[in-house]
Amino acid sequence: MKKKISKLPFRGTAEQERQLHEVIGKYKSDPSRLMTVMQEAQEIYGYLPIEVQQMIADGMNVPLEKVYGVATFYAQFALSPKGVYNVSVCLGTACYVKGAGDLFNKISEKLGIGADECTEDGRFSLTACRCIGACGLAPVLTVNNDVYGRLTVDDVDGILAKYND
Amino acid sequence: MYRSHVLVCGGTGCTSSNSLKIIDKLEEELAAQGLSEEVKVVRTGCFGLCALGPIMVVYPEGAFYSRVTVEDIPEIVSEHLLKGRIVTRLLYDETVGKDEIKSLNETDFYKKQVRVALRNCGVIDPESIDEYIAQDGYQALAKCLTEYTPEQVIQVITDSGLRGRGGGGFPTGRKWALCAPNKAPQKYVVCNADEGDPGAFMDRSVLEGDPHCIVEAMAIAGYAIGATKGFVYVRAEYPIAVQRLQIAIDEARAYGLLGKDIFGSGFDFDMEIRLGAGAFVCGEETALMTSIEGNRGEPRPRPPYPAVKGLFGMPTVENNVETFANVPQIILRGAEWFASMGTEKSKGTKVFALGGKIKHTGLVEIPMGTTLREIVEEIGGGIPNGKKFKAAQTGGPSGGCIPASLIDTAIDYDNLIALGCMMGSGGMIVMDEDTCMVDIAKFFLEFTVDESCGKCTPCRVGTKRLLEKLDKITKGNGTLQDIDDLEELCHYIKENSLCGLGQTAPNPVLSTLHFFRDEYVAHVTEKRCPAGVCKSLLSYAVVAEKCKGCTACARVCPVGAISGTVKNPHVIDTSKCIKCGACMEKCRFGAIVKR
Repeated sequence: MKKKISKLPFRGTAEQERQLHEVIGKYKSDPSRLMTVMQEAQEIYGYLPIEVQQMIADGMNVPLEKVYGVATFYAQFALSPKGVYNVSVCLGTACYVKGAGDLFNKISEKLGIGADECTEDGRFSLTACRCIGACGLAPVLTVNNDVYGRLTVDDVDGILAKYND
Repeated sequence: MYRSHVLVCGGTGCTSSNSLKIIDKLEEELAAQGLSEEVKVVRTGCFGLCALGPIMVVYPEGAFYSRVTVEDIPEIVSEHLLKGRIVTRLLYDETVGKDEIKSLNETDFYKKQVRVALRNCGVIDPESIDEYIAQDGYQALAKCLTEYTPEQVIQVITDSGLRGRGGGGFPTGRKWALCAPNKAPQKYVVCNADEGDPGAFMDRSVLEGDPHCIVEAMAIAGYAIGATKGFVYVRAEYPIAVQRLQIAIDEARAYGLLGKDIFGSGFDFDMEIRLGAGAFVCGEETALMTSIEGNRGEPRPRPPYPAVKGLFGMPTVENNVETFANVPQIILRGAEWFASMGTEKSKGTKVFALGGKIKHTGLVEIPMGTTLREIVEEIGGGIPNGKKFKAAQTGGPSGGCIPASLIDTAIDYDNLIALGCMMGSGGMIVMDEDTCMVDIAKFFLEFTVDESCGKCTPCRVGTKRLLEKLDKITKGNGTLQDIDDLEELCHYIKENSLCGLGQTAPNPVLSTLHFFRDEYVAHVTEKRCPAGVCKSLLSYAVVAEKCKGCTACARVCPVGAISGTVKNPHVIDTSKCIKCGACMEKCRFGAIVKR
């Protein structure tokens, strides 16, 4: 899977770094917990820039290449920051058959961004995901933790408008 | 004592359509009416009929309310729960008979189902170990530890004929028997809950609706093979499942059902959850183990098999969630009971996730050997909008299609394999005449190209070449030679890939080629997409006799490709048209057609 790697400068805070070291401290003794640390690091920073990967590599005492290898292998790890609102359109089979592809294109056109991109104002980002398991509601999209189901292309404007605060 | 129980579905489908807010509102209204002591609200797992969610069932009447909204709650509380008058307008219409309401089990959707793996889903509160115990929970574990030797446990599972529900259908008893005799300082039981097949969600529903049965079954497997440690590898995309499973593990520990010396038998077993991170290949057992170890989830060549050298290099048994969910019932009710259901070589029941172009989307559990016709027409309620059934796709990106001509096929492992399909984890996507089979094959290949881990060349490069050929065909640039090349390449990839992902990746292409070759040929020779899906091959046109000249289409066209004057037939300039279909949606006279 190809990943977009952000060129935006790293803006980590001292507080985030403290939290990360706490996580590393907890799992340091068990090398099989590398993914757990990376998952929690992503919770803290929102994505895994190279600076964070380096801190994890140093803390867990593994080469950076291993951390990078894991980060690029799994879809969940983001190497680019997400917008304040991340719109994720399910392109699983059930949703696809019910027109999720059109939904995705409409949102992409509306926001002017493609998959795994973030709008310039940092408000919206767009991702395509594989099945969130709500196939009974197909087609489905999520905006952060809100789930919208049984959608048509006409619902897109209304949904996006809710997040224009 | 409560006089009424209100069961509200808290599965992912219904939660997405607001069932948690419904529960809050219910509690609030009940308190306002002073009924909190008389009516108990239970948040359950999935009922299976997701299409009608959010779902609510009120007992003892068994009133089945569907598509409930927060606004409906005051009425349900004041009419039904206070005054005993059922709110008929909110009932699922199939349960409304003359002068009486029918039980859920008499509706078409549930009538033919036999619930073994899902038996507690939608029945108990998944966050309460006591409710699980009240449903005979942990009795199977007690029976194993106090009455059976490990060999006897394996014998029961072997005799039952249970086969792996995750895809391959390997006999579970044999898997356990292969691992049991291997001596090692540590052995492991692994539960595969990395349900990656898009369109399948039975494993998630079991974890959300009945997490204790997985804890119990894994402890039984541990006892049978001599393992003291278990791992459940769950997709991170399933937060509710993860949370409830963690609660179940904690509760079981607190009750002494996990930990040291369980039931005073001297048997120790404990388990922990590991989260996946979104890689389809991790559903393959060796890749999953590599991932638990903290690495890129790439598969390993076999042998050595996991039964000999699995997780952390130790003997390991790995089973899928649904497989485990059957185990406690087999122990309690006996191998003969389980083997009495199903077909000769496929015993028991199977859960299918019905999706796509079908009326009742949701989860169904049926005895093996049920025909596709029964699933689609009776349980699934048929195809909506009067369209015709074209094919059902099973096994996700590793599976294939069953065409309408074979709708009377009895569904079991061997019949599906014979058709070039696969049981897979049980996703079943129904397609109608508006689905293009070439496009569907392309969709699955896009998925496998994305998800191929890249370790072996046949899969990494081969799937990409397949996708390119399919893309060429759907764009109208294909030749008959391309179709032949496609087929040859498919066989090459199947024979030479390292793991199950690559070995099955060409199945969607082979299967559609086998049953729908004419569609491929139409794309190539006539440059036509029979289902009207492939955009490059479509053109829109106005039927002059039907056009009233209302100008609606011309106004909605984003590129100004439609011209004409008021009250005169319009014309579409195909050189400008971008085939967005907006005009067709807008036209009230059906005067615009796709060709």
